Amino acid sequence: MSELDLIGDEDVEIETTLNGSTLKRRVKARQHLADFLRQEMELTGTHLGCEHGICGACTVLIDGRTARGCLTLAAQASGRTVDTIEGLSQSGKLAELQKEFIERNAAQCGFCSSGMLLTAYELVSEGKKLSRAEIREYMSGNMCRCTGYHAIIDAVEAVLTRVAGGKR
Amino acid sequence: MKARNFRYVRPASLQDAYRILADADAVPVAGGQSLLAGLNMRLSSPKLLVDIGGLKELTGQSVSGNVVRLGALTRHREVLGSALVRKHLPLLTQAVPYIGHIAIRNRGTLGGSLAYADPAAELPACAVALDATLVLGSASGEREVKAEDFFKGLFETDLKTGELIVAVKFPATPPGTSVGFAELSRRRGDFAIVGLAVVAAMQGDRIADARLVYLGCVERAKVARSVSAGLAGHAAPFADSSAFEETIRQDLSPDDMPGLRADTRIHMATVLTRRVLNTLSEKAAA
Amino acid sequence: MTSSSTPVSAIGARIPRRELKRLLSGHGRYVDDIKLPHMLHAAFVRSPHAHAKIIAIDTTDARIAPGVAAVFTAVEINARCEPFVGVALHRPGHRSAPLPLLASDRAVWQGQPVAIVVAETRAEAEDAAELVAIEWEALPVIGNEQEAIAAGAPAIHAELGDNIAFDFSLNHGDSTRAFAEADVVIEEELRFARQMAMTLEARGLIADFNPGDETLTVIHAHQSPFQMQEIFSHQLKIPEHKVRVIAPDIGGGFGMKLNVYVDEIATVVASMILGRPVKLCVDRLESFLSDAQARDHHIKCRIALKKTGEILAMEVDDIAAIGAYGMPMRFNVAEGMMAITMAGAPYRFENYKARTRSVYVNKNLIGMYRGVGMPLACVVSELLTDFAAEKLGIDTVEFKRRNYWPKSALPCVTPGGQRLETVSFHECLEKLVQLMDYEGLRKEQRELRERGVYRGIGIATFCEQTAYGPPYYGPSGASISTQDGCTVRLEPSGMVRCITSLTDQGQGTLTGVAQIIAATLGVSIDDVSVVGGDSSISPYGGGAWASRGTAIGGEAALRAGNMLKKNILALASTVTQTAPEELDIVDGHVVNTQTGHNVASLADVGRIGYFRQDTLPKDFDVQLSVSASFVANDKVYYMANGVQASYVEVDCDTGFIKILGQWAVDDCGRVINPLLVDEQVRGGIVQGIGSVLFEECLYSEDANLLNGTLADYVLPMAYDVPDIFVGHVETPETSTQLGAKGIGEAGLIGAMGAVWVGVNDALKPLGAKVLHQPFTPERVLDALALAKR
Repeated sequence: MSELDLIGDEDVEIETTLNGSTLKRRVKARQHLADFLRQEMELTGTHLGCEHGICGACTVLIDGRTARGCLTLAAQASGRTVDTIEGLSQSGKLAELQKEFIERNAAQCGFCSSGMLLTAYELVSEGKKLSRAEIREYMSGNMCRCTGYHAIIDAVEAVLTRVAGGKR
Repeated sequence: MKARNFRYVRPASLQDAYRILADADAVPVAGGQSLLAGLNMRLSSPKLLVDIGGLKELTGQSVSGNVVRLGALTRHREVLGSALVRKHLPLLTQAVPYIGHIAIRNRGTLGGSLAYADPAAELPACAVALDATLVLGSASGEREVKAEDFFKGLFETDLKTGELIVAVKFPATPPGTSVGFAELSRRRGDFAIVGLAVVAAMQGDRIADARLVYLGCVERAKVARSVSAGLAGHAAPFADSSAFEETIRQDLSPDDMPGLRADTRIHMATVLTRRVLNTLSEKAAA
Repeated sequence: MTSSSTPVSAIGARIPRRELKRLLSGHGRYVDDIKLPHMLHAAFVRSPHAHAKIIAIDTTDARIAPGVAAVFTAVEINARCEPFVGVALHRPGHRSAPLPLLASDRAVWQGQPVAIVVAETRAEAEDAAELVAIEWEALPVIGNEQEAIAAGAPAIHAELGDNIAFDFSLNHGDSTRAFAEADVVIEEELRFARQMAMTLEARGLIADFNPGDETLTVIHAHQSPFQMQEIFSHQLKIPEHKVRVIAPDIGGGFGMKLNVYVDEIATVVASMILGRPVKLCVDRLESFLSDAQARDHHIKCRIALKKTGEILAMEVDDIAAIGAYGMPMRFNVAEGMMAITMAGAPYRFENYKARTRSVYVNKNLIGMYRGVGMPLACVVSELLTDFAAEKLGIDTVEFKRRNYWPKSALPCVTPGGQRLETVSFHECLEKLVQLMDYEGLRKEQRELRERGVYRGIGIATFCEQTAYGPPYYGPSGASISTQDGCTVRLEPSGMVRCITSLTDQGQGTLTGVAQIIAATLGVSIDDVSVVGGDSSISPYGGGAWASRGTAIGGEAALRAGNMLKKNILALASTVTQTAPEELDIVDGHVVNTQTGHNVASLADVGRIGYFRQDTLPKDFDVQLSVSASFVANDKVYYMANGVQASYVEVDCDTGFIKILGQWAVDDCGRVINPLLVDEQVRGGIVQGIGSVLFEECLYSEDANLLNGTLADYVLPMAYDVPDIFVGHVETPETSTQLGAKGIGEAGLIGAMGAVWVGVNDALKPLGAKVLHQPFTPERVLDALALAKR
């Protein structure tokens, strides 16, 4: 047994602020944050579409910024704040975006929607005037197979226009 | 897919990290954007993950004299938003938007990208184009390596077991130097089919001394010496690719990839070279 | 159509989906979100080889790995299930080897499941799967259709003698003579790469066999719970009334989740053996190797015309590489059959000869995917006619005007055997021309060409079989129901509960049903709840696939709604002593149409009907819960139609293609909800764009998949597609009350044609043609280089 076998642990104590509440848990080192949220915390609104960081269905906020839940270990979230679709929805922070999405049918199967909304939330929170092409580019890390994106871009543009006072 | 089992440790200090990483089965994780994708696909099986993401010694941005120092843990998003970088290292400001997508840039780090040494990645090419120096640290102290000497081969660097990139020192881009960066990829944020970072000292609209570094059709980030030398004295804009067509074939020898032959990649590199060089003249004039 | 004065009459209104409030707040319940008590997780060991003999399997180490409940191979699993033979009985000559659940003596495609590991967690199941040791002996690989049909090629399945699954020809008129007499002949050879449907939620199910009463409940991400109920019952010998299949929220179907999957059924068998629920959630890497794939065709086609532009004949020769087996139930010869029977359908001509061969290769099975063979038919017709128009010097729109079936010729049967009744080719075309400003774009195209900028306009017409009826699947022997049904129940408080056999994977079928019920009954849509997708609680039905959900299930809802309304009015009539003909339901109240007064609320009716029957005449029969089904006994399909346009720019230096604009005009009959219909069209269009520009499965010579991750299999993201404008023409289906036809696949069908033609239109001045989908930059550059030589 090498010295290395004495260092570190397969189970890790973490302390994180999740959707505004602090919690302490013991997690498996190998478990990524999205699985931790889904399996241990039973917050299943964050979805798994690929587990290789491409599709964006697992997007959460870490320290207020979007991140792929599948490309972050639960252990790495210790000492950080994590916000999920459930928390952001409950707090009303997504209300305007959700309203626009619903009115325009900017979601069909809904599997990409959690990630899509969180990325849109980051976009409108930055409050910068963006052109429609720039909005498309910003949202290009979130894959949707159902809507063809047009209605999603319309919805984000509508909220951004109100927030940023116009369009570029 | 779920990652295989491993142990995890978060060292309290940089010295602790060095000590732990002295074992070859220990692997550092910072942003994790490349590492975790590989772990989730079971492409690698480290025994121990060492989380260096909280080590303050690896953070920070500063300029001293004409050297800009960026800590290894500087996130891509921070590079993009940095006024210091915009002023002194405009090449990086141009290149970072090509890195993945917002969520990747929020987490991915400068040090992580350089250590991973993906030949299709933006930052290794920019580091070489800017003639940066990497500061490497270990239990036995720090050493400095020129970026071009750091990248040795396909995903292969000069990092020894137990070493971490601590920071990267970039010479500030002087006035009269033009920079350009562009990539051809199937979609925004994809790995580059071919990309090009250019740092060119100009004399009016003539190129005095150019450093061209390609990504995506090379094994490692290095200065394309023949192309770069062959451009000296030429004036942008370039009406055709005669000034670099041949030298590109000397400097680049990509492999065939599924659905993309080597000759197609050379062709695309040639097209991209002309396009990027033609943006230089616009800046030089301004 | 019963009149109702529900505000804005819910049918035809842009009503947002009620499900979205739930789905957009993280409260969807997809298969992987659901936990059952004592549940285990499955992971499969899959063949890494496209064709190899299994010499030995050693599961010793796997069985004792942490968390493992069991490891099963073909020995335990296959014994419990009849092998499938995926052939259509009404297609003489259609052959397939029997498809086993797990490979036993050899694997015939990379990804074929060989063993199933069942453990406490998915991670532990995967750990143990790595410990299953298999000794393989490589066998020669048939990797593509040319290898499959080459003289002397080994048959993948010796008992079949060769690799031909099905060889079908049709011949109408005398095309040979027509080609001999033609003034103009256009002949092309087209290739369509293998693709994935790529639903964002991969496949999954929870198999819950209850050993206490030997019932099986399966929570299944599947488009047709009734199909799967029948399969589980029949193949696994569980009496049908003891099988229940429930479709939860599903993250996309597109036809892919309609197929029959051996790994899913093997999971059910594992549950039966262990007497515990077992969950399978296929991960993305697996999905590339196991989801039914699509396309993979090689088509030779040609068209003969007079110099006036009149079409004399078409000929199509299709070969499809359909994988290693016939797809049970859903028959993977359908793409080829549809490609040749639908090619040229919008155009009036007499002489047509076509052949399709579906051949076996050592690859994953082809199955149903949006549009099936119709996008291929669209590409064939529209490319050939566009090239023909160019050769004849006729504008492509004018060419179509002259050659479409005129309304005066309807109903008619095309030379490919398609029945056209209520189609509207000309109307849709004229509307499209306006919508896109065709003349303006042609002018812009001309001007930019002079400056060396190459833009193209592609116009693509299609007609589309929707909502298949009993004559389609019935004779095939597949137990696929093309009916749907609906139970509608008045609740005591006056609310309305609806239980439909339809499923919803995001297209909005459940909202459509709610609209129909609300409009029929005269209530607010907010007072109607709809559940679907549970094989034990609704009338028997097909589910949502093949653009049929609203057309068929909506018609059933309409019937049930009318029946319930009659019964409500009968009760109200008795209670209020008013003739039922003088009563109607408006805004949830029974009104006397003579006086205009409310005479009872629906709550009154409910309260009396459920709790105060003592106040009713003793022989009054209260029936406030009714069920109705609908099927069109004699209808093979409805025929919808549409036309699309794509405005593209080709960067001739890099081969990159940008789509600048996309327009669609669709006639899907009566539009129940334009908001949902438009979004279905847009989503389909982007899948079509993905097909033409990006998507392909790349294989090694050994038929190993080279790009089986989402980083390497390229799909369109928001930046890669344009704004999409949708218009409508409504020519109602005349054989139903509702008049809806079907819209789910139209977007993809037309988009493939429009983008193929648009890109080739851009390259016309350079004499280059791109004929291999997807149009990667390299294929475009190669086409340009070829034209220069």
